[in-house]
Amino acid sequence: MLDVRDLRKSFAGFQAVGGVSFTVPAGSISAIIGPNGAGKTTLFNLITGHVKPDAGRVVFKKRDVTGIAPHDLCRLGMGRSFQRTNIFPRLTVYENIQAAYVSHRGRGRSLFARVDRLYREETLALLDAVGLLDKAGEVSGFLSHGNQKQLELGLALALEPEILLLDEPTAGMSAAETRESIRLIETIARERSLTLLFTEHDMEVVFSISQRIAVLHQGRVIADGTPDEVRRDPEVRRVYLGAAP
Amino acid sequence: MTPRAPWGLLVLAALFLVPAAGSRYYTFLANDVVIWALFATSLNLLVGYAGLVSFGHAAYFGIGAYTTGLLMKKLGVSFLVAFPAAGLVAGLFALVFGFFCVRLTKIYFAMLTLAFAQIVWAICFKWNEVTGGEQGMPEIPYPDFAWLERLAASWPILAGYRTSEHFYFLTVVLVGLCFWILRRIVGSPFGRILTTIRENPERAEFIGVNVRRYELAAFVLAGAFAGLAGGLFGIFNRGVFPDFAYWTKSSEVLIMTLLGGMGAFYGPALGALVLLWLNQQIMSYTQYWPLILGIILIALLFVFPAGLAGAASLIAGRLGRRRRAHA
Repeated sequence: MLDVRDLRKSFAGFQAVGGVSFTVPAGSISAIIGPNGAGKTTLFNLITGHVKPDAGRVVFKKRDVTGIAPHDLCRLGMGRSFQRTNIFPRLTVYENIQAAYVSHRGRGRSLFARVDRLYREETLALLDAVGLLDKAGEVSGFLSHGNQKQLELGLALALEPEILLLDEPTAGMSAAETRESIRLIETIARERSLTLLFTEHDMEVVFSISQRIAVLHQGRVIADGTPDEVRRDPEVRRVYLGAAP
Repeated sequence: MTPRAPWGLLVLAALFLVPAAGSRYYTFLANDVVIWALFATSLNLLVGYAGLVSFGHAAYFGIGAYTTGLLMKKLGVSFLVAFPAAGLVAGLFALVFGFFCVRLTKIYFAMLTLAFAQIVWAICFKWNEVTGGEQGMPEIPYPDFAWLERLAASWPILAGYRTSEHFYFLTVVLVGLCFWILRRIVGSPFGRILTTIRENPERAEFIGVNVRRYELAAFVLAGAFAGLAGGLFGIFNRGVFPDFAYWTKSSEVLIMTLLGGMGAFYGPALGALVLLWLNQQIMSYTQYWPLILGIILIALLFVFPAGLAGAASLIAGRLGRRRRAHA
């Protein structure tokens, strides 16, 4: 589904990502882990076209998509959520999701239609799926952090992606919120047969749901395999997991 | 929920009564306000909806004014053609300038709009053969109102108005039409996408929005409507002058938009009304209008950052809550 080959990126001499390769099979749940500053977010930005790589390729559904614009990548079926909450804060929850439908289905060019009731069914159904139906009318910027993360997930899902890239989906959440939202993500991924790739710092989350894990350290992949293989890897234990995985 | 009052129609009706009820002076003032209201509302498509602050919106106002002026005065073209031409030509210029502007963001975008506007001004100022240069182009003819006078022969209610008042009626109708179209645009799927760009352009890209293309479309639409306002203004002003495109005009219209409130569709129109009325009132007492304007702006920015429309909806909201609390 997604194939990353030898991606490299430096910022002003600092090598953020130095030759990363991995493969995400269709229908799998994969994770990229690594300590802060390992290059996880940069890697995501390289894959999703926000940052152009210095070298390397990104192949998505057998198509070379290296460095193409995010809005085009979106149409090909790649959705992403962001680490820092990234929504449309002064629009209501309903308007947020509806805008995503309008854009994705190419209705943004109609100048004189009425937008209010466009894709109402779909929007409400999706809000129900991510657990925000009761907050549809609220201004999204005033939602709790957890709710905003749910909304972000909704924004990504409205694009009907085949692969979903989640950058630290539980960042800043309490333990209870984390469990809840991981269960939500897992359910949604299964129901919609999505391929998932996510970054995470919470070990419990990573080992509980992912089938494959790549460990990133100083911009390089130091281990790649099943959770058990990664857990046993001596290099990983040394740099990341510490003594008590 | 009670049905909403048809405010738009009420305002339109009130505007039609101005020449009959008020003096010539009030008709003049109302005509000025109506045209500037369209100009400010066109700017708000950029500032309030797409989140793009233009410091050079007067360029398109000026281009529209010169287009209509040149066509009617020098080529004797009918208003029926010269008026839409103002929007078309201004829109074309906005397409060319906007192509470059939307490649930049924030303050760089604003500075480039200003740069293009100053170029337009300089050309109007220097190109004597076509634009009349510094002297401008006086005596733009009024549209032909013979049809209205024929109509007045059988409809006595229309009789007894001067040409300037006929033009006022025409302005109200045309601006009303433009407002209706603009209203449709901001309530359309296109309008919703613009608000996502205002809120978060990076995220908009990742719901599949080609941000630059939408920004350019908004820029062209805003330019075209500014051009229409300019076309009307040249006739109303009985002449077209280079300062129509000067940066002070750009800042005036920006101040109107902020004063009225860019968050509301009718905010900029309200801003145009208040600013022009205050200008007239204060100018008769003092020559220090810019000083007063500065003080008003400072007060506004600190007390009502959402503009007059924002303040009004805040007060209405509080009153509504109090009423509910008493009930």
